[in-house]
Amino acid sequence: MEKTFQFDTSVNQIALEANNAKDALKKISSLLYDFGYVKSTYPEAIITREKSFPTGLPFEKCGIALPHTDCCHVNKPMISISTLKTPVVFKNMGDASQDVSVKMIFMLAMKKSENQLQLLSELMENLQDNILMENLLQAHSSEELTKLMSGRITV
Amino acid sequence: MKYRLLAICGSGIATSTVAAEKCRKLLTEKGIDVEVLECNATDITAKLSTFQPHVVVPTTTISDSMLGGVKRFPGLPFITGIGTEKVVDDIAEYLKSIK
Repeated sequence: MEKTFQFDTSVNQIALEANNAKDALKKISSLLYDFGYVKSTYPEAIITREKSFPTGLPFEKCGIALPHTDCCHVNKPMISISTLKTPVVFKNMGDASQDVSVKMIFMLAMKKSENQLQLLSELMENLQDNILMENLLQAHSSEELTKLMSGRITV
Repeated sequence: MKYRLLAICGSGIATSTVAAEKCRKLLTEKGIDVEVLECNATDITAKLSTFQPHVVVPTTTISDSMLGGVKRFPGLPFITGIGTEKVVDDIAEYLKSIK
């Protein structure tokens, strides 16, 4: 039987309050650090990386950001899911001169591995699922975020 | 004729890998014989001279001046799924026009 990626409710958040993209990145990355998924260098690395290589993506349903950084800052793989109380502005990954209003953030803490490609492409496929995205945006608890995503990504 | 496509990503960890795989799959389905390579924004110059791609597909912001005149197509549709078909058609058409 294929194993599926296990999300962790403790690093998922709904209606996260953030003043701007940097604030959101700081809050989410600190949470990943608190739960041991990443090293203390990760939050700073995430913010620096976002500046040089922005990750805002204009999906059909809403803007989504996929912040990530080098795997040397990661202890164990995790994907943290956050919905935002009010959207924050990220720069567009494909064209940094454009803004993307982001309502949801999937922060990636990844280790280099053979199956990372499959994991990422399955994640991207899921992000194109408008019904799933709508359900995630409407979720009332972080447990619900975990539940909605569980079983959707194989490892 | 075997065509060469270079997918370019800012970090090389996530997006170009996904875009590269999608490109390969969709172009092959259209009967295009294509070899796809991915690289970081920092390796572009080196990869342009060693791989000599017919087209580049960046998923990150790259200025035209870094691409040495190689034809570019947007990579984002391969990630967001918006307008994927059109880009694939455009790339296929362009490649077929190369003699």
